Amino acid sequence: MAERTYLQAISDGLRQEMRRDKRVFVIGEDVGVYGGAFKVTLGFQEEFGAWRVIDAPLSETAIVGGCTGAALMGMRPVAEMQFADFVSCAWDHLVTVAAKQFYRAGTPVPMVVRLPSGGGFSGGPFHSQNPESSFAHIPGLKCVCPATPEDAKGLLATAIEDPNPVLYFEHKHLYRRLKAEVPEERYTIPFGEARTHRVGEDISVITWGAMVHTADEAAEELAKEDVSVEVVDLRTVMPWDRKAVLASVEKTSKVLVLHEDTRTGGFGAEIAATIAEEAFESLDAPVKRIAAPDSPVPFSPPLEKAFIPQVETVASGLRELAAY
Amino acid sequence: MATGTIIDVVMPQMGVSVSEGTIVKWLKSEGETIEADEALLEISTDKVDTEVPSPGTGVVAKILVHEGETVDVGTKLAEIAPEGAGPAVAEPEPAVEPEPAVEPELAPEPATAAAAAEADAPSSAESPGPAAPAAPAVPAETPAPAAAGDSSENGKSFVSPVVARIAAEHGVDVGTIQGTGQGGRVTKKDILAFIESGPAPAPAAPPEAAPTEAEPVAPAAPTEPSAQPTAPPVIANAQPQAAGTGETLEPMNAMRRGIAEHMRRSLDTAAHVTSAIEVDMSKVVAIREKLKASYQKDYGVNPTYLAFVGRAAVDTLHDYPWINGELRDDQIVTRNYVNLGIAVELADGKGLIVPVIKNAEGLNLLGLARSITDIAARARDKKLLPDDVQGGTFTITNPGGYGTFHGTPVISQPQAGILGTYALVKRPWVVQDALGNDVLAIRPIMNITLTYDHRLVDGALAGRFLHDVREKLQSWGEDRY
Repeated sequence: MAERTYLQAISDGLRQEMRRDKRVFVIGEDVGVYGGAFKVTLGFQEEFGAWRVIDAPLSETAIVGGCTGAALMGMRPVAEMQFADFVSCAWDHLVTVAAKQFYRAGTPVPMVVRLPSGGGFSGGPFHSQNPESSFAHIPGLKCVCPATPEDAKGLLATAIEDPNPVLYFEHKHLYRRLKAEVPEERYTIPFGEARTHRVGEDISVITWGAMVHTADEAAEELAKEDVSVEVVDLRTVMPWDRKAVLASVEKTSKVLVLHEDTRTGGFGAEIAATIAEEAFESLDAPVKRIAAPDSPVPFSPPLEKAFIPQVETVASGLRELAAY
Repeated sequence: MATGTIIDVVMPQMGVSVSEGTIVKWLKSEGETIEADEALLEISTDKVDTEVPSPGTGVVAKILVHEGETVDVGTKLAEIAPEGAGPAVAEPEPAVEPEPAVEPELAPEPATAAAAAEADAPSSAESPGPAAPAAPAVPAETPAPAAAGDSSENGKSFVSPVVARIAAEHGVDVGTIQGTGQGGRVTKKDILAFIESGPAPAPAAPPEAAPTEAEPVAPAAPTEPSAQPTAPPVIANAQPQAAGTGETLEPMNAMRRGIAEHMRRSLDTAAHVTSAIEVDMSKVVAIREKLKASYQKDYGVNPTYLAFVGRAAVDTLHDYPWINGELRDDQIVTRNYVNLGIAVELADGKGLIVPVIKNAEGLNLLGLARSITDIAARARDKKLLPDDVQGGTFTITNPGGYGTFHGTPVISQPQAGILGTYALVKRPWVVQDALGNDVLAIRPIMNITLTYDHRLVDGALAGRFLHDVREKLQSWGEDRY
């Protein structure tokens, strides 16, 4: 085990996959010579050559379209969107072609699209979004949102192995802030299995990505007030672990669904609805949601702080539930 | 009527704002015959309790919604099979059984029935009541349909799904548990602690057993906030709901809760001030004596003092639109009509309702007396429709029936005033004789109060209003019938 940042864990995982499987290649804007905007692929071109670490033109459509074709031909492409926000340009290839290819023709599209996502650094409306719920809504796509270095590495391996198009949302805010022990050998983490980040008795927080840590800090505060909060990290939003969520709700009977994406139509709504449908008789309080307001992500630091759910917001939401 | 096809009975629309109703009681069971328009069941909405007549003649084939359940307007409640449509009726129902979640509340139904029974005690049309002040026009706030849904005794009546389920599984009455949640709600923790504490063999516990230790049972303030600091006797182990020595606990029914909520809200809303005036009712008494027999004979109506006062008040309101008005946000609302609420006592002074006489300004003494008789009777018989208790603009309450001579009623929100009428008492009264000298006379005197919302109505205005009402009553002429 070595201590690795979230970003290093992704980089390690990707390198490991490329070393063990010649079909795996990387393509994206500035991923080669420059080593990627966030340096995830730093040194990759030296090791694997320009044919496996491809600097693409400034066209997400071309990148994802090319990857789809390559995957159909048996390759294992890993595309990088410089920022998750730019994936909109590739919507048609992802949603119309890649997501439906297997259903239509029975030919798998084993492709990974890496999406540096999330805010917290005044990136504004084009460099801060969390578009996972848009893609979770599309049958045929999988959405992964790791919250820890260990998960980042293990889930990336699973994503590359998976025969379907997988969107891998890596949270930029965690890149260098998060450091933890990560196994050096290769390992995979199955999709659709949540991880209990923190065990608690009184309230469940269902969340993923960077919000896992926000929730954890809030839970820490509530612990001082003698309220025991459980934090469930979904790890993958599609497929998502209903069983784990329902089990946690059954235990605590109060639940907060938390995400960094905007509120309306966010994936939290799906979770809340499922809880209402399937765990109604376990509820001791209304299902609560905390999410960003329905607005573009603001540039201004204080506005952005007001926009992204903060520890205090989450803590006061938890207090409301505790008092209910 | 019977065309040979099954007739559906649906939850009726009981007024524009009513979207659901609770089945209080089925008056017929499956298999019984029923005539068209014969009462089939009793329902309770958030406005009134009422009976639902059968839409046709036949046999009650199926009852689809159980007592205690709350369903939307339009929901099918039962099926009536026309007579002769016959035997097929009874059997094929298994598929249609009510939704599973309702099973448990079949048991607690007595409480619901009790609540309904509450509403039917009489109140004479003659004097709508020593009842308390202005009523919330509403018996209602139907108990939650969930299992054990009618346990609403402490704080909020809301029982969360998980608490309802646990209560049903353990056969616990949620109402007996002290809640620690918002507004006194019983939380999951509360009920689990209650169950864990066990039923506790009441007689076994000696008075001084574990004075403080025994209470962890229900977290936080298991007894009343007033809990005596000295180690109290008896409450120790018995039931965590803890009735003190000599105390009896009794659940609050929906009407009681509605009244409680409305009274509190009114006092929190309006700036209540009461002014009183003494009225020499000699002329009214004389005229009433004269009219009584003919009104009874010709119309079957009793010209009560309330009708006289009501008539005078409605007439006077024409000159005082603010007293017949309302504060709506930052606007003052006035009207060219008077919808007169009359507080009617129910059930031995327990509970009241305020049916409303619409457009009372258009009624003469006879019309008003007749309307009062009508609504009081319908209130007593639970025949009021939701719209009968809505839209009041001014209220009269008559707590004088038992001899009280003064009171300070609570305004029925969002109105601006409420008139109180009190006992008619013979008093020594200073009057002037024919020579202009002061002499003592015996006169029937009635105190009348106006309680008004000082946010809108000032004391001088209220005083003038009362003065004018008094003048009208004291100078009542036979031409003003």
